Amino acid sequence: MSWGGWSGFWAMGGYGLYVWGAYAVTFGALALEILSLVKRSHETKA
Amino acid sequence: MIAAVCCILRRDLLLSLRRRSDVATALLFFVIVASLFPLGIGAEPNLLRSIAPGVIWVAALLSSMLSLGRLFAADHADGTLEQMLLGAAPLGVVAAAKVLAHWLVSGLPLVVIAPLIALQYDLPAPLFGVLALSLLLGTPVLSLVGAIGAALTLGVRGGGVLLSLLVLPLYVPVLIFGAGSVDMAAAGLTPQGQLELLAALLLVSAALAPWAIGAALRISTE
Amino acid sequence: MSATIKWFWYASPQTFLPLAGTMARACWAGAALLALAGLYVGFFVAPTDAQQGEAYRIIFIHVPAAWMSMFLYLVMAGWAALGLAFHTRLSSMMASALAPTGALFTFIALWTGALWGRPTWGTYWVWDARLTSELILLFLYLGFMALQAAIDDPRRADRAGALLAIVGAVNVPIIYYSVQWWNTLHQGASVSLAKAPSMAAAMFAGMILMALAFWCYSIAAALTRVRCIILERR
Repeated sequence: MSWGGWSGFWAMGGYGLYVWGAYAVTFGALALEILSLVKRSHETKA
Repeated sequence: MIAAVCCILRRDLLLSLRRRSDVATALLFFVIVASLFPLGIGAEPNLLRSIAPGVIWVAALLSSMLSLGRLFAADHADGTLEQMLLGAAPLGVVAAAKVLAHWLVSGLPLVVIAPLIALQYDLPAPLFGVLALSLLLGTPVLSLVGAIGAALTLGVRGGGVLLSLLVLPLYVPVLIFGAGSVDMAAAGLTPQGQLELLAALLLVSAALAPWAIGAALRISTE
Repeated sequence: MSATIKWFWYASPQTFLPLAGTMARACWAGAALLALAGLYVGFFVAPTDAQQGEAYRIIFIHVPAAWMSMFLYLVMAGWAALGLAFHTRLSSMMASALAPTGALFTFIALWTGALWGRPTWGTYWVWDARLTSELILLFLYLGFMALQAAIDDPRRADRAGALLAIVGAVNVPIIYYSVQWWNTLHQGASVSLAKAPSMAAAMFAGMILMALAFWCYSIAAALTRVRCIILERR
């Protein structure tokens, strides 16, 4: 990938909203799952 | 075994006859749902003609699903179901007989009523045969697959809606091929492929579903 | 007796509990490392696509998520079948533990698919055969979870869910094929969302790394969840 600097990285050739939106939802959802698992394991051990 | 089937068939049909209103409401639901679509979409004839197969099939799906609650609930409530489980007849046979009785009062009437709905949608008369045949092949599959869901959700809270959630995804292939066959005929092509696929679905579900229904009944009643 | 293999040694929830803990920790670490590697390859090594520009980089999560959603359903049904066949409680617990993760990946596949479709094909949702099948798969997962949630008795919930999972697994190929046929009939000459750009090696590597990362993540999440289930049912 031709490194266009950080601004190019975030812009993603104009598609920044789509690409980063997709990644945000993905990792957000996975983080939510991890958090709910942590909460559940604390509750069962308590 | 034939004696067991005939006995259960006669009993269930007799019970359905005594509770005619239950049967009639599901069929009435079929008619009402089909009548709602033009009210929501607009009565433009070309549009209605093109959506008719899909609408009729979806209405048949929903009506079939609504009537599934009746299949085992009454017997479960008064203990007859447990007697059937303890009885000599194989559970799969019992299940198949009950589903057949259920289809005769809930599915077969849809086949008869559908051409009337088709008239409402101005579907060309030559397509009535394909529509009726597709429903004739498809509604037993809906009863068989739906019975698995009904057996799994016996006595569970949230029963009816939960049953819909479980069973509707499994209904999708029947819907696609059923409505698709009429669409093909409407486009002037032969519906043979879709009808043969529906027949295949019927054979497979007739072979496998009774086992699954029996297993589900055992799980639900122990 | 010492010569026989202890096939069912770890089938007891109590003996499995510590093993699950160790495996889960290893898999969490593996998932993080593989994800970092995959994302690095995906963003800094893989070239820009000629047709889709930078938007194609969504495939590094869309395709692995879709793969995992389908794979996890099969694994779930497999554990369910084992539980019904051998009457082992732990097998059913594994099936229950896998379901939420599988449903999550299905949701991610659908969401990222929509965000990929918008810049590429113009609309957020296309009734593409694969996306529609994914949607139905999500309903199958949610139905499984709803059924288990609605039944109070854990044994009945396990076995009912297991049967449902198996019935669903048998139906998945039928549903997929019927949706494929439906899509060709109604879409005509339209494009398929799943047509990925012709793969440069780096793109493929990135996808595989992310797929492995998601796989490790799924194992870790399922094992952590099954530990909770074991402890809750003690």
